[in-house]
Amino acid sequence: MMVSGCGIRGGSDGSGAPTPAPGDRTTVTVLVAASAVAPVQQLATAFEASHPTVSVRISGGSSTTLVAQVAAGAPADLVVTAGDAALAGLPPAARARPTVVVATNILEIATPPTNPAAIAGLADLASPSVKVVACVSSAPCGSAADAALAKAGVTAHFVSRELDARATLAKVRLGEVDAAIVYRSDVVGSGGAVHGMPIASEHNVTLAYPLVRLSDSPEATAFAAALSGVDARSVWAAAGFGMP
Amino acid sequence: MTARSQRGRLPLVALATLGVALVGLPLVALLLRVDWPGLPARLASPLVWPAVRLSLVTTAVTTLLAVVLGTPLAWLLARSRSRWAGWVRAVVTVPLVLPPVVGGVALLMAYGRNGIVGMPVAHLFGLSVPFTPVAVVVAQTFVSLPFYVVAVEGAMRSVDGRYDQVAATLGAGPLRVFTRVAVPLAWPGIAAGAALAWARALGEFGATITFAGNFTGTTQTAPLAVYVALDSDPEVALALSVVLLVVCVAVLGLLRGRWLR
Repeated sequence: MMVSGCGIRGGSDGSGAPTPAPGDRTTVTVLVAASAVAPVQQLATAFEASHPTVSVRISGGSSTTLVAQVAAGAPADLVVTAGDAALAGLPPAARARPTVVVATNILEIATPPTNPAAIAGLADLASPSVKVVACVSSAPCGSAADAALAKAGVTAHFVSRELDARATLAKVRLGEVDAAIVYRSDVVGSGGAVHGMPIASEHNVTLAYPLVRLSDSPEATAFAAALSGVDARSVWAAAGFGMP
Repeated sequence: MTARSQRGRLPLVALATLGVALVGLPLVALLLRVDWPGLPARLASPLVWPAVRLSLVTTAVTTLLAVVLGTPLAWLLARSRSRWAGWVRAVVTVPLVLPPVVGGVALLMAYGRNGIVGMPVAHLFGLSVPFTPVAVVVAQTFVSLPFYVVAVEGAMRSVDGRYDQVAATLGAGPLRVFTRVAVPLAWPGIAAGAALAWARALGEFGATITFAGNFTGTTQTAPLAVYVALDSDPEVALALSVVLLVVCVAVLGLLRGRWLR
């Protein structure tokens, strides 16, 4: 059993770190959109098991926050954002780095497990007797919900626009609303606390999760490959994500 | 004052200055950062007026509720020697220290659709409180009533109890003693308490977003609009923040000049 340091040691500067001494670990720092932290964490644990000299450090946050951290010079080897809109905030050098989509997410309608308002699809959300929530339009989950409703030509009976996906899902879990428009990964991540209803693909909105590799270190390159590799598919799928 | 006592006061003055700076600098920074010439255009954002109007209406109702419910409560607490008064006082002042978000969750548990009061009310009358302006008022009253009761109880206590006895001897019933003796004598305290309760209601965020939600025109109060705008249009958020700051300072300053000492 090797004892790792605090994980803030070098090896992540991308300048061809020297071969680690026995008992020493190289750290790969990954900034991950909050919605994708669970599967990335799971893949990191598996990666560390097969690469005993590498330690993966994961930091979660909203995509705009993560990008701002990179722009401010935070030491990160990989960045995974929800949607590519946030990538515009990266400095030019980072924008020129290799980028690959590692997963996709689609919207679902979340209802309480008993589905009290008998929601079957987006069209049912227009009824004035149905209480609907989604994220606020300025958040990615909110603008996606607006886009899906616009495609379906439905004016949903919103009672609130919540500040983030967590708060939106909480209103459903507490049974205060009849339906919420959230990402499928949120529904799967709730572990059965809410019931997920698919949205027809012609109305649905797909969110891509691009991975930007900021470092050329062999460890960062290897973990980036592990996140998008064949073995990762089942992990992403189990967390409710699709593959590009 | 002697030079010695002047020097002795220095550490106190230094600490006090630090305290003033900690609170004052962010407020000054807000005023410096705002684009003053562009302020009217920012305030014309469709986010601003519905939120300000909702805040003005709901905080007015909340303050009225605090006065109507809180004044008798403060009077009874001030005059009671029963140990129950201590328990009641403890319960009523809990929201002073409770994180507002926890207050919002508690309100959902009580008056939400599945709440212990909310569920029977929804079944019997088909009424639901969350996500309505009523919920905004309930959340604001929950957090601001304690401020009112604490302020007014203090004022009522400082009213000499012998006035009540004299009034009672002259044949005034308890209700008359309350309206004709206690309320007029405690008037400065009532005004101060109402101002505090109003200011707390105006700034309310956590309980409101949790219990009432966030919807333009219905439940999105000015603080919620500031938070939402911070994401989409930070300049609008700044402009609205300054309006809130100016309104608060103006109202508290006005009251301080008139009643608060």
